[in-house]
Amino acid sequence: MERIPILKMGSFLLVTIQVDMHDQLAMNLQDDLTERIVKCNSKGVLIDISSLEIVDSFIGRMLGNIAGMSSILDAETVVVGMQPSVAITLVELGLSLKGVRTALNVEKGMALLRNALELDEEGDAGSED
Amino acid sequence: MNGSATNPANRGNLSAILDKHESELLAQWIAEQLGSITLRRDLMKESELRSQSGHFLSLLRAAAQKNNFTDTSRPEWDAIRDLLTDVSKSRATQGFTPSETAAFVFSLRSPLLGMIQREAGIDTSATASDLNSAAALLDKLGLFTFEEYQKTREGIINRQQQEMMELSTPVVRLFDGIVAVPLIGTLDSARTQVVMENLLQRIVETGAEIAIIDITGVPTVDTLVAQHLLKTVAAARLMGADCIISGIRPQIAQTIIHLGVDLQNVTTKANMADALVLALKTMGMVITRGQKPSRAPVHEK
Repeated sequence: MERIPILKMGSFLLVTIQVDMHDQLAMNLQDDLTERIVKCNSKGVLIDISSLEIVDSFIGRMLGNIAGMSSILDAETVVVGMQPSVAITLVELGLSLKGVRTALNVEKGMALLRNALELDEEGDAGSED
Repeated sequence: MNGSATNPANRGNLSAILDKHESELLAQWIAEQLGSITLRRDLMKESELRSQSGHFLSLLRAAAQKNNFTDTSRPEWDAIRDLLTDVSKSRATQGFTPSETAAFVFSLRSPLLGMIQREAGIDTSATASDLNSAAALLDKLGLFTFEEYQKTREGIINRQQQEMMELSTPVVRLFDGIVAVPLIGTLDSARTQVVMENLLQRIVETGAEIAIIDITGVPTVDTLVAQHLLKTVAAARLMGADCIISGIRPQIAQTIIHLGVDLQNVTTKANMADALVLALKTMGMVITRGQKPSRAPVHEK
């Protein structure tokens, strides 16, 4: 069965979607990713969709859902590298992925995740005092 | 107009008149045009008018030999239609009014009909039929001129719209990682699309993290325009760039609130300067006032 690889990088998970998403693939990704987040106790998920050129409403919603699920599992989620045409399509479909962090590329997405985690730790440290 | 089959002799008549009196007709026609108030000496030279008229008459004579005056869409009229298209195009771009343009063909009516009458002498039945077909022919050609004029004008308007669309949506790189779109003119769906595509493309190219959309030049913001703005902001956000909307004038702020448009989730600033400061601050940059550079050397030279 076709699957999208999920790479573990420290406390982050990296998902790069290199093929055109179809519905089953998205469902598999949803299962795999949630499982991996729990198993690895990940604090951040980075989804790179720079190679994704075609989205429909289902894939758009799945992206939102996956990000939402990761957030519930206490992992910051960043979607990076969205193509202009994909962004326009999603907006026209009325899916603006509210509550999902976005970044222009993997590098910036990583920086964003690190920042978010540092802030979290500082916040935790502050509350302990 | 079903005379073409029943009365071919008279059809030949018109063609014969054109053959016989072409130069005289041309002289009369040009005199008619020169004497008319629709002549625009300020826009066109007399020599150009003469050459156009002469060319038209010779083509008309050639076309008339086929003796078909009812259907000007037939191939023998191609040359004349091309000429009229050219004339209409050049006059439309020169700034002639529609009636001044159509007058080119319509002014031929009086000389041509006069000529037919004179030629036919007392044979009134033949004259009536000839006059009829000649008048109908000129009407058709005149209307054709008119349509071509209209087409040219529409072409000009379309082109200008296109140019405006392209010109008025530049995406400016303000600073490393900051781009700005100064919007000028009304935002409709088509323009929003262009703006959005340009902006997103530039965000990818420059790797900008912040985009400032300046709406100082947008005359009115209604719910539709606001929706278009929000769409652009959402699309930029999906790409990973934050948007700031700047240049909101007092009346616009009032309209937005009265219309109940929700801009709470979008950062807004009153002017571009504030937006730029905020953008720099968001990127963790600090602006400090340093030593002013001495201006003296510049003035010396």
